[in-house]
Amino acid sequence: MDERVIALPVEKTTLIGKRIKKPDAPDKATGKTRFINDMVLPQMLIGKILHAGRPHAEIVSIDVSAAEKLPGVHGVLTGKDAAGLKFGFVRDNVALKNKVCCEHDEVAAVAAETEEIANQALGLIKVEYKDLPGIFSPEDGRKKDATQIHDDFPENKSLHFEFKHGDLAAADAASDLIVDNVFEVHHVTHCCMGTSCAIADFDNNGKLTIWSQTQYPYNYKMDLAPALGIHPGDIRVIQPPVGGAFGSKLDVYPYEPIAALLAKKAGRPVKVMYSREEEFKSAPTRQAAIIHMRTGCTKDGTLTFRSADVLLDNGAYTSWGPTIPVVMMRTTSGHYRIPVVDFNAQAIYTNNPYAGSMRGYGNVQTTFATAQQMDMLAEQLDMEPLEFHLKNAQKSGETTPQKAFLRECALDECLSTAAQACDYTNKHKQYSLAKGQEGRYKKGIGLASAIHNAGGAKIHKSDGCGTILKVDDYARATVITGASEIGQGIDAIINLIVSEELGVPLEHITIVNNDSDIAPWDVGVHASRTTFIAGNGARRAAVQARQQILNAAARISRMPAGDLDLRGGFVVQEQCGTKVIKLEKLLRQMHFQPEPELVMVTDYYEPNSQPEGADHTSDHSAAYAHAVHIAEVTVDTYTGEVKVDRVTSAQDVGRVLNRTGLEAQIEGGIAIGLGYALSEEMRLENGMLQNPRFRDYKVVTAPEMPALDLHFIESDCAEGPYGAKGASELPTIVIAPAIANAVYNATGIRFLKLPITPEKVSRAIWQKQQTASEN
Amino acid sequence: MSLKTEIRFRLNGRPVTVEVPVTMKTLFMLRDVLDLTGTKYACGEGECGACTIKLDGKTVNSCLMYAVDCDGREVVTIEGLKTEEALHPMQQAFVDHGAIQCGFCMPGMIVQADYLAENNPELSREEMCRGLEGNICRCTGYTKVLDAVTSVVKSGQ
Repeated sequence: MDERVIALPVEKTTLIGKRIKKPDAPDKATGKTRFINDMVLPQMLIGKILHAGRPHAEIVSIDVSAAEKLPGVHGVLTGKDAAGLKFGFVRDNVALKNKVCCEHDEVAAVAAETEEIANQALGLIKVEYKDLPGIFSPEDGRKKDATQIHDDFPENKSLHFEFKHGDLAAADAASDLIVDNVFEVHHVTHCCMGTSCAIADFDNNGKLTIWSQTQYPYNYKMDLAPALGIHPGDIRVIQPPVGGAFGSKLDVYPYEPIAALLAKKAGRPVKVMYSREEEFKSAPTRQAAIIHMRTGCTKDGTLTFRSADVLLDNGAYTSWGPTIPVVMMRTTSGHYRIPVVDFNAQAIYTNNPYAGSMRGYGNVQTTFATAQQMDMLAEQLDMEPLEFHLKNAQKSGETTPQKAFLRECALDECLSTAAQACDYTNKHKQYSLAKGQEGRYKKGIGLASAIHNAGGAKIHKSDGCGTILKVDDYARATVITGASEIGQGIDAIINLIVSEELGVPLEHITIVNNDSDIAPWDVGVHASRTTFIAGNGARRAAVQARQQILNAAARISRMPAGDLDLRGGFVVQEQCGTKVIKLEKLLRQMHFQPEPELVMVTDYYEPNSQPEGADHTSDHSAAYAHAVHIAEVTVDTYTGEVKVDRVTSAQDVGRVLNRTGLEAQIEGGIAIGLGYALSEEMRLENGMLQNPRFRDYKVVTAPEMPALDLHFIESDCAEGPYGAKGASELPTIVIAPAIANAVYNATGIRFLKLPITPEKVSRAIWQKQQTASEN
Repeated sequence: MSLKTEIRFRLNGRPVTVEVPVTMKTLFMLRDVLDLTGTKYACGEGECGACTIKLDGKTVNSCLMYAVDCDGREVVTIEGLKTEEALHPMQQAFVDHGAIQCGFCMPGMIVQADYLAENNPELSREEMCRGLEGNICRCTGYTKVLDAVTSVVKSGQ
């Protein structure tokens, strides 16, 4: 009987925790990689979209006859071509509109032989609008006399969420201290360097092939199909390399069905690609929100309750943005030990652009509030912040009010490690004392922490990933995985895992993950899940293949399979390392033996977690992780400029797999969070974006990056691959409140509204000085 | 259609003759006429640096420059850095230091980094930051990019 071979224990691995190169890096470094934006297909037409350019209006008439007659034009579409083809989270969107609800609404589209002709055709389309009064804030949207934006959604109400745990009134009464603030978090956008792009083509059996930037290819088919009136099974999704995603490609946006509808009409492949201005105006945003939060504690510093009343600017349509309360309530209830929770969130339709998902989804917004209130409470208690945090930090084995079970919890260690590494407590005291003194430049230090799911998030019925692994007769492994690569580096992680288990060189592994007709099901790149879920899948598949190979080697060598190992392309004796047979020779023998066998295994990994559920009480992730950031800033009190000098990060990563990739994710995550905190802002005036260009929308560039001191806490997650947890969202989540707390430490001024721009800081400092001089 | 004109210049070390519309920008000549898609469009207004190329040894935003202005000049794109045998040391350093994630901005970033290192063998981290300020990357947070450039400067390659 064949023996069972188990996965390599971490002690026996040779690559775990080392620095693995991304396999696609050489082609990306030389300009060889063909991104979707670079692709050209034979007979391909260029699709262009006519955007409304006004926030709220009826379309009285539309005349496309001149555009249709222009030589080189092969198809023009308007709202009537998409009538009834509703799509989106609550089916409130169509690819082409009959009524305008936001600035970028798609009114018409053309397919032409060149971009020049397509643009010329757009100019020939005559549209008569009747402007309607607009709603540009959720507060206005819920007023009694507010215009109703969508017929199907009375009172402009979109999604509503609530979660209650414990007796709020009693907890309120039992609190010695309560902080009560309104935080405002703004619209920012992903700014993927590769602008949004889709290429669509129908075959003559009615099957659509769409080359897409999607980061969730399988559910994407389900979401795209209703926008086209076809069956999801008739869609093939091909994913060429993409120029960033960060959550922005986790839904279907109108340009994608438009490319497909144009392709159908023209009978030729059609490519739609945004200009940067279109990208700023039309791509999804991060969800904007107003968060009224209260947190209480007793005088000994024990937290008693947290309540949050959240008002979300839904924008014109419902994508993933207004669903962020699912995560917001997890943070409200699970960030430190909170016995009583009251969470309420309402999304209100407005005529603003609408939000999708963005790295740190929902948690970025809530942690900005929770982590500042922790800092406020510590100060009011006259307690060292670190001591207050440690006193309320959860421990392994605890369960949150929403029943998240913290199996391996390293919040204590994250707090202590970060604080010690940068001498937090001393500096905090010293800067706090210095803030009243004279001088232009003020130094500050701020600590913030966050909790996030780190073992997937079962927001769908499944959170699984399929893997097919084959090892060919030259001992080259091919891993066909559902997991998408959007730059985050799952390719290097899977190579590392398979190389580790099969003892083959990294460069002998090929990953196939870009075609929905080939690769198996996966839920998508989101929720910091891919390393955990697809990594586990790859490991389980590799272990199966390893078992099959070692059993075959045992039969040939007449040695027990348990005494054999795979190393350096050979089957070796486990103890002494003596070579038994070359792996590729063994594989050929397996193929050619009287009862041939092929090494090709499949795995479906479904994490040990429960679906979110309607009452929001479930252990929805197979792991949870914490991160602590301590930001050190210098505030120029003359100009209001906040310079982040240094960030010390301590994060529970479970286990370091690819050290380079992990650092890269944390560094990049911090950069996006830094822009959110200090400089990025979509300036909307009556629903119209005022700054749709990099000149006026300030993302972080090299000079603004602080010095980084990264610490990885290895809590060894029992369910994770080699103990690893998901890691890539936490750095984006926790940086903004760390900076806000540092600015407070430097200036004594609380910033509850993002971003903390020089204008806001200098105004607040001036106002503080005015108040002081008046007194 | 726009008026066209014929231009001759050296591209990645080889002479080329090409007919381009007079209104066409260099970026689109490279991408759409010469099929060198390594140079990227990401903003079209000279703000992001993804389209950076070398023109007579100096870096420019190819999205701001008319193609006809390449006439008689020496143009080097990301495709021209690599030799037949190996990646350019700057390209190799970006690979080795994990400076590449989605990689979309990297052609422009690497061309600019190479220009900085080539022209200042004593390049400091601060000078690097200033020199790369016009190249936006949304993935990396620049830290590994700066590590990669530092390694090339230190090795004197």
